[in-house]
Amino acid sequence: MHLCLAGARVIDPANGTDKCTNVYIKGTRVVRVGCAPKGFIPDQTIDLKGQILTPGFIELGAHLREPGFEYKATIASESKAAASSGFTSVCCTPDTMPVIDNASVVEHIKQRAHNARAARVLFLGALTHGLQGDVLAEMRALKDSGCVAVTNADYAIRDTAVLRHALAYAASCGLTVFLHPIDYWLNRDGRMHEGAVSTRLGIPGIPEAEEIIAVNRDLTLVEETGVRAHFCRLSSARAISLIKRARRAGLPVTADVALSNLLFIDQDVGSFDPNYHLRPPLREGRDRTHLRTAIKKRDIDAICGNHEPHDADAKATPFSLSAPGVTSFDTFVPALLSLVEQGAFDLNTAIAAVSQAPNDILGLDGGALTCDSPADICVFDPSQKWTVSKESLSSAGKNTPFLNQTMSGRVTLTVIAGRIVHNTND
Amino acid sequence: MKIDVIELLDNMSVELQNNINAAARENTVFVGVHTGGVWIARHLHNRLANPSPVGELNIAFYRDDFSRIGLHPTVEPSKLPFDVNNRHLILVDDILYTGRTVRAAMNEIFDYGRPSSITLVVLVERGGRELPIKADIVGTRLNLAASEHVKLFGPDHLRLELCEAKT
Amino acid sequence: MNQQLDEQNRLKHFLTVEGLSRTLLTEVLDTAERFSPVGERAVKNVPLLRGKTVVNLFFEPSTRTRTTFELAAKRLSADIINLNIAASATSKGESLTDTLRTLEAMQCDMFVVRHQNSGAAAFIANQVAPHISVINAGDGRYQHPTQAMLDMFTIRRVKRHFDGLVVAIVGDITHSRVARSEIQALSTLGVAEVRVVGPKTLIPNRIEALGAQVFTDIETGIAGADVVIMLRLQQERMNSPLLPSAQEYFQSYGLTEQRLKLADKDAIVMHPGPINRGIEIDSAVADGPQSVILHQVVHGIAVRMAVMSLVIGVHAAGTN
Repeated sequence: MHLCLAGARVIDPANGTDKCTNVYIKGTRVVRVGCAPKGFIPDQTIDLKGQILTPGFIELGAHLREPGFEYKATIASESKAAASSGFTSVCCTPDTMPVIDNASVVEHIKQRAHNARAARVLFLGALTHGLQGDVLAEMRALKDSGCVAVTNADYAIRDTAVLRHALAYAASCGLTVFLHPIDYWLNRDGRMHEGAVSTRLGIPGIPEAEEIIAVNRDLTLVEETGVRAHFCRLSSARAISLIKRARRAGLPVTADVALSNLLFIDQDVGSFDPNYHLRPPLREGRDRTHLRTAIKKRDIDAICGNHEPHDADAKATPFSLSAPGVTSFDTFVPALLSLVEQGAFDLNTAIAAVSQAPNDILGLDGGALTCDSPADICVFDPSQKWTVSKESLSSAGKNTPFLNQTMSGRVTLTVIAGRIVHNTND
Repeated sequence: MKIDVIELLDNMSVELQNNINAAARENTVFVGVHTGGVWIARHLHNRLANPSPVGELNIAFYRDDFSRIGLHPTVEPSKLPFDVNNRHLILVDDILYTGRTVRAAMNEIFDYGRPSSITLVVLVERGGRELPIKADIVGTRLNLAASEHVKLFGPDHLRLELCEAKT
Repeated sequence: MNQQLDEQNRLKHFLTVEGLSRTLLTEVLDTAERFSPVGERAVKNVPLLRGKTVVNLFFEPSTRTRTTFELAAKRLSADIINLNIAASATSKGESLTDTLRTLEAMQCDMFVVRHQNSGAAAFIANQVAPHISVINAGDGRYQHPTQAMLDMFTIRRVKRHFDGLVVAIVGDITHSRVARSEIQALSTLGVAEVRVVGPKTLIPNRIEALGAQVFTDIETGIAGADVVIMLRLQQERMNSPLLPSAQEYFQSYGLTEQRLKLADKDAIVMHPGPINRGIEIDSAVADGPQSVILHQVVHGIAVRMAVMSLVIGVHAAGTN
């Protein structure tokens, strides 16, 4: 199918593009950004004047909840929610039930994703069997069945010797490891960042020391084993300094930050609002400032939605008993735009952090609108206002702090491999 | 309105003493209802040279309007520094209107004990009774419309003032 | 905590001392003064809450607090139901909401709630029907506002005013909802200085932000103090990564007669109870002339009567 996407402001950081122009798609590939290729006759032209067109977003860690937690959400509901929020590829975390530590679970999810015909689902396989941190998972089998990386998700590996072997093994399989820097003991009893707010509220805290210790430990082992490592969802200023220092010393690690940690701080927990119960925890204002600067300066490469849909009961309890996480797909674009509006970083940087950077981290061939790259495209109208409600959220999870707020910015078109998966333009 | 409160108190104390003598009540004790009733009780107590302390009733916990307006914001607690049982009480209030305050005051008194008698003394009796309550000694009777209210100001220079109710 | 105030800034729930003005706290104390004499009368109740039903919803067991609330309710002529929901591992959020729905169907007017999680009282207040008042009898580590108010009442009775007072709170501050409520109440009521005293492992991060000065040495901590509040050290803290032993705790932080001499000569000693004799406080001090511990217990009834009346009164007025 020949598709012409006309008149949008095209932002393609990989190619340094930021101008109003057309994008031409043939089959599953982008053929031109700019003037029409000779002899190109579009089967469909979509007028996107006033909107912004970017490479499709790539999510580095979403909880799709299937298999095992279908009462919260399903691959069908969440891959569709992802697509309607501009995400063309979504990495599915392995903390399902059963865990993605063998090929048959991968096949099951692949089938579901295929049937949903929405966002592309990529697989993060388990680093250890059952994510229990004792025995290695069959990483080669996982790689062969298509996993793009391995991770122990946010199940801390307590035994340092096991972690060391797991990283070494992953390295010999040629796999990237996604590391969540968590110290089991300092994290275990805490429910929010340890600081003035947790003291006031009497909520057990997770001290910043936890992330610093874990990052230090992990960096040491990454260096020693030579594994390609990506640090997930950093939350503290000190952790960023450690990553920066390691990179300056030549260690090729990458890192991401969760959108929530760029938006909110521990004070937002207010009077025990479980919508702000998150992992990693929301830290202090100073940390948020450093995280934003780190994105601006590309010391952190990517922004992750950290999408965690929950059933209503999971959040309808006192804070410490509630489940952590927010459903982030639907509100991702307006929230990201609000950060640009506040001057945290510019739009180009933001787009790069959610498309080009995750693409490069995963070693894929997209994240850009280069000629002959996959036609994964997101188009959003930055000025479209909408109210976040249970009805307007397409995710099965309604656990968002933005509920009942009016936000500015909405995805109107998503193209995945040349196929229009979501379109609200007439 | 020009009412000489002191003159009223003089008349009331004479009438009260006669009333006590006629009924041969010994060892009487004064109990005033906050706030105006306490002022009047003290004045009468002095004029009659009564040796017992003056009791003070708050009645906030006995009002019948808690369900409508919540806890009434008065400050002083009730103080009855004597044993109520078998005593002759002189219950004093400033204005007798619907009768509900006196009803509440009597309920409160009976939670302290069982008096031998209660004599009701009021400075002003105005129309508008809603309960079967009658004063034994009255300073003055005023016939007021429902929209008019009379209030006692004090404790120094006691005076009565008439005002229109706020709608 | 606007959730506990109505549009006219009156208390419709009593969940936390946080966010309440000096005027409001003083009103609670003054109201408690009015209820105080009731306990000395022949008939120890007033008919104020007659026909109202109060439910003691205790997810965490407690004999003394529950009994005090029960007594306060009875002295107000209210009907009282005691529900002790075992703090088992299966008491999750679902049953909490379901329990509330069932109780609401039984036409209750007030829940007195004690729960092991911080913020539980606020959560319940958010869930219940609008005509129901909620009083926090202690939620996790967050607040125990009635305890703080009865302690303030006791201090005011003895010391007459709060200005210029130096108050030291000694013990496990980290796990103490009483400490948090008291630090805030004392600050709001205008004392000169609030001190927290204890080993570093039991003093929470950034407690200074709540208005307390930190002392890890008891001698300097209670020097010159006008009020010394001793907190109970729970069994699970002794012989744990937080403290080596009860003996060492008493050696370092126990209030002995000797140590008490370092405080102001007219200092009073308080304790929310129950007391661990020989662990946080010497018997000689607990039973000594400067101790007002038993007064605290009595005052607890008047203060709870005051809080319950104020809060139900606002609901009554609000629905008319």
